[in-house]
Amino acid sequence: MKLTLKIWRQSGPEDKGAMKTYPVEGIDGDMSFLEMMDVLNEQLIEQGEEPVAFDHDCREGICGMCSMYINGQAHGPKRGVTTCQLHMRSFKDGDTIYIEPWRSKAFPVVKDLVVDRSSFDRIIQSGGFVSVNTSGNTIDANATPIEKENADKAFDAATCIGCGACVASCKNASAMLFVSAKVSQLSLLPQGDPERKSRALNMVNQMDEEGFGNCTNTGACSVECPKEISLENIARMNREFLKASVSKE
Amino acid sequence: MANSYFLKNSLTKKYWMAASGLFLCIFLLGHLAGNLQLLLPPEKAKDAFNAYALFMTTFPAVKILSYLTYFSILFHAFDGILLTIENNKARPVNYAYSKPSANSAWTSRYMGILGTAILVFLVIHLWAFWAGMHFRSIPTYALADGTIVKDLYSEVYNAFKNLPYVILYVVCMIPLGLHLSHGFASAFQSWGLNHAKYNNLISMTGIAFSVLVPLGFAAIPLVVYFMY
Amino acid sequence: MAKLKSVTPKGALKDQWTNHKNDINLVNPANKRLIDVIVIGTGLAGSSAAASLAEMGYNVKAFCFQDTPRRAHSIAAQGGINAAKNYQNDGDSTFRLFYDTIKGGDYRSRESNTYRLAEVSANIIDQCVAQGVPFARDYGGLLDNRSFGGVLVSRTFYAKGQTGQQLLLGAYSALSRQVAKGKVTMYTRHEMMDVVMVDGKARGIIARNLITGELERHGAHAVVLCSGGYGNVFFLSTNAMGSNVSAAWKAHKKGAYFANPCYTQIHPTCIPVSGDHQSKLTLMSESLRNDGRIWVPKKKEDCKAIIEKSKRAEDIPEEDRDYYLERRYPSFGNLVPRDVASRAAKERCDAGFGVNKTGNAVFLDFASAIVRYGKLEANIKNVKNPTDKQIKEWGRAVVKSKYGNLFDMYKQITDDDPYFTAMKIYPAVHYTMGGLWVDYNLMTNVPGLYACGEANFSDHGANRLGASALMQGLADGYFVLPYTIGDYLSKDIRTGAIDTEQKAFEEAEQNVQTRIDKLINNNGTKSVDHFHKRLGKVMWDKVGMARNEKGLKDAIKEITEIREDFWKNVKVPGSANAFNPELDKAGRVADFLELGELFAQDALDRKESCGGHFREEYQTKEGEALRDDKKYAYVAAWEYNEVPSKAKLHKEELTFKEVELKTRSYK
Repeated sequence: MKLTLKIWRQSGPEDKGAMKTYPVEGIDGDMSFLEMMDVLNEQLIEQGEEPVAFDHDCREGICGMCSMYINGQAHGPKRGVTTCQLHMRSFKDGDTIYIEPWRSKAFPVVKDLVVDRSSFDRIIQSGGFVSVNTSGNTIDANATPIEKENADKAFDAATCIGCGACVASCKNASAMLFVSAKVSQLSLLPQGDPERKSRALNMVNQMDEEGFGNCTNTGACSVECPKEISLENIARMNREFLKASVSKE
Repeated sequence: MANSYFLKNSLTKKYWMAASGLFLCIFLLGHLAGNLQLLLPPEKAKDAFNAYALFMTTFPAVKILSYLTYFSILFHAFDGILLTIENNKARPVNYAYSKPSANSAWTSRYMGILGTAILVFLVIHLWAFWAGMHFRSIPTYALADGTIVKDLYSEVYNAFKNLPYVILYVVCMIPLGLHLSHGFASAFQSWGLNHAKYNNLISMTGIAFSVLVPLGFAAIPLVVYFMY
Repeated sequence: MAKLKSVTPKGALKDQWTNHKNDINLVNPANKRLIDVIVIGTGLAGSSAAASLAEMGYNVKAFCFQDTPRRAHSIAAQGGINAAKNYQNDGDSTFRLFYDTIKGGDYRSRESNTYRLAEVSANIIDQCVAQGVPFARDYGGLLDNRSFGGVLVSRTFYAKGQTGQQLLLGAYSALSRQVAKGKVTMYTRHEMMDVVMVDGKARGIIARNLITGELERHGAHAVVLCSGGYGNVFFLSTNAMGSNVSAAWKAHKKGAYFANPCYTQIHPTCIPVSGDHQSKLTLMSESLRNDGRIWVPKKKEDCKAIIEKSKRAEDIPEEDRDYYLERRYPSFGNLVPRDVASRAAKERCDAGFGVNKTGNAVFLDFASAIVRYGKLEANIKNVKNPTDKQIKEWGRAVVKSKYGNLFDMYKQITDDDPYFTAMKIYPAVHYTMGGLWVDYNLMTNVPGLYACGEANFSDHGANRLGASALMQGLADGYFVLPYTIGDYLSKDIRTGAIDTEQKAFEEAEQNVQTRIDKLINNNGTKSVDHFHKRLGKVMWDKVGMARNEKGLKDAIKEITEIREDFWKNVKVPGSANAFNPELDKAGRVADFLELGELFAQDALDRKESCGGHFREEYQTKEGEALRDDKKYAYVAAWEYNEVPSKAKLHKEELTFKEVELKTRSYK
């Protein structure tokens, strides 16, 4: 199929950037969206133009590196997939496709479609862990049984790949789904219990400091999340934070 | 105020937004219940409603509640404006093409606009009745027990006999309903009340509330205009 | 270079690790603060090593090329992690895990290292659970296990089909905790360009900031490479696009021996290639072989009909199906080790029984598992006469709970729904057992230069068992390296900070700059991918699942030609002083073009078949791998030569005290 691509080009953080139009041909429905981008880039290199910079790595939907805002939606029109798992059979011949980077103050553009998501790392560093030493002198893994329902819910929250689609989709560029997924995971497990208060407080404060917007419960994040992380996690974090802020000395 | 205890971080803003919103929902219920007296035939309504107005402006507990209501309205609006400003800052460059309809309800994304519409209506509404009751001199009326009060009923009655005002009043109930349709359930989510067992109940109650309460309010001027 | 010393501790296998820990030198906590360690890569091995070293008190600098350490390719591991916990009480033990690993590796790994791996495995699970890793649990709240290929017990711990993700996020959180404390300085979007040697010791690296293109000098008392495997030399593999050999190859060029490069694992269950545009292959976890049955039609006309889409898998009657793994290996059936399963698939497809348009695909069928689970569910639900439809519906729900994410992924990619029709799969390059030669302390033959995880060669021999890669990465990073590195660093407590202004750093930086300039100013005509694809095709055709002398010789010649062509005609757009992914890729492919040749040379030199290395000349009558223990029971450690196929071979003889070398049989 033949497509018209409208892609955000920005040579660096200081550049203003603009949408540019590129035609691309010979696209097959079995190609992934990123393979289509490969075709475009090969074409651009041949023409002596700079290829479009975009983040990608595992191309199997788990590393969370790919991050394209396609036709007005994070990771494109399909539900529950990352850009790399979006296949061209979701488009048809003659389509015009808009491709933009994640837009958020906390995710500044590095180049073209590549953004800097280190704000997510800093949020995790502020408390997204259990303070246990890696010395190996821990108790036996089966010493503390965990209710299956809680273990499963913790797992569901923990499947977050940190791609940032939640922020990109949210009209407020809020990172609540990302932060709450980690807070939830650890608050559902006995191992996370001792630090639950400081974790909720610190992670939320760090999130605010990074310049993410406020959550207004539109629910867009969860709908666009490639791992379909539930809004229940945001509610759980709201509870955790509330409890912590009224009780923590 | 933005750095106060009430608003110091994003979650606290949510909590108070939800709390003030839910409080205003309760206020709406009370207000509606009182106003339903206007559906009585004019001769009965006049006495009942004016007695009710007197009670509402003089009973100490109600007074406290009414100050809380004023505060909630102002706070809810201020918090909303603050959120809108901050949220706009969080995305300095907008998308060239965005399709939010694919992932969220229209009402949830336009709470600020809907809220503003309600605020505008409130100003008109308060000017018409509340200001009359409190500050303007309006005709008086003697209650059954002989107490002389400002005749708020007639003010309302006259207003509701004025077609442009009736239209404005009814139309303005639409943004209220839409605002409530997201706001009611959203407040529960903000307080962390999200549970598979009760989510349906909350969202159904929210929808019922957002339909019935504005309908109730809209019914009053219509009934007055067409029937009395 | 001196003779290879594995520094294996004395004593019985089971006491070696304890004895060793008691014997080696330690660095006292106050002195650890004076010592800097560089860790390259933030996968399971790198993150866990960096976190543990920092926790012990060393100053750590960690590097990764991704935008955050959490994206390292360990994240994509699906099936699980082995540990000899024996929670299922099915006869597992440290020895059995050790034995399975040695046997699975076709007796080409070092006994002492492998035993230690089995020994610390149980600790890993304790550690990860303590970190909040949400492993699968049963209704009683205890940890659940599943079974993997090549073993007869259930010792694999898992978190749905995302075990690698959960483990890596655990290690990443431990790393993040140390970053917050200031004990680890994290350098993301940085690529290691060279190891800097001072007086024969690894004393730092030259790194390139991938955003600005700037070259940076980083000094340290030791450098730890946790940079993963080199499967991308095949262009198409299940590795991430960025996975590369460059760090290990630079180390090799600075004197570190590269061991057993030809040991490559071809994973039997991947989604088949669909066309020329393909950029990578996707794995379908081995855990699927617990429930899926692998088959091809018995009749060629059925294969043809399937390819022409006039028939589907479910239309072929039971008696016309060849469940070739169950037929050939009745005792292990569909759960034979990966190398065996892969070759069996190739054998059927080469014989003309492939089931897709390329002729390279076999079926992985869940129909019988769905019915089996459905009937069980009917019993659980106490439904006496369930309908066929009900059985299948319930069965599908059970399968979904076990493999849901894998099935979804398969559907995304192929547009076929595996709940209703058989999957098509084919082997693909997945893991490389070979890597930098290391001793018992995980140090390469270059003093101060360490290698952990997939980047080293040590534990899996010629073939790795499923769910053992995660085990090794974390064992090395959490429990082995942090102790063994002290033995070397104890001599460095008075060294002081490494001066990066010295000549060695200047020279190294200059060399890196020269090479970058050469790539960027080459003004050729062909893209980097063009060369990578050509290399990949040679590797797959001639150095892939089955190798022979002529093919390997041709491959060496062809790779040399591609390499020459690359340096003449490659075109790298953009500038060296900016974010330029094409330039990053060019550097990596240049290294693959050298490694590929050494890889083929190693395969040529090893005149036997073992594990993932299959030489057509050396096979039994039944087509099984034929080892030659007399001549080849050694580790081939290659010393760098400018012409990789002329690299010098050093042999580390493998001696087996606890296990008897047998022909591997899974029949």
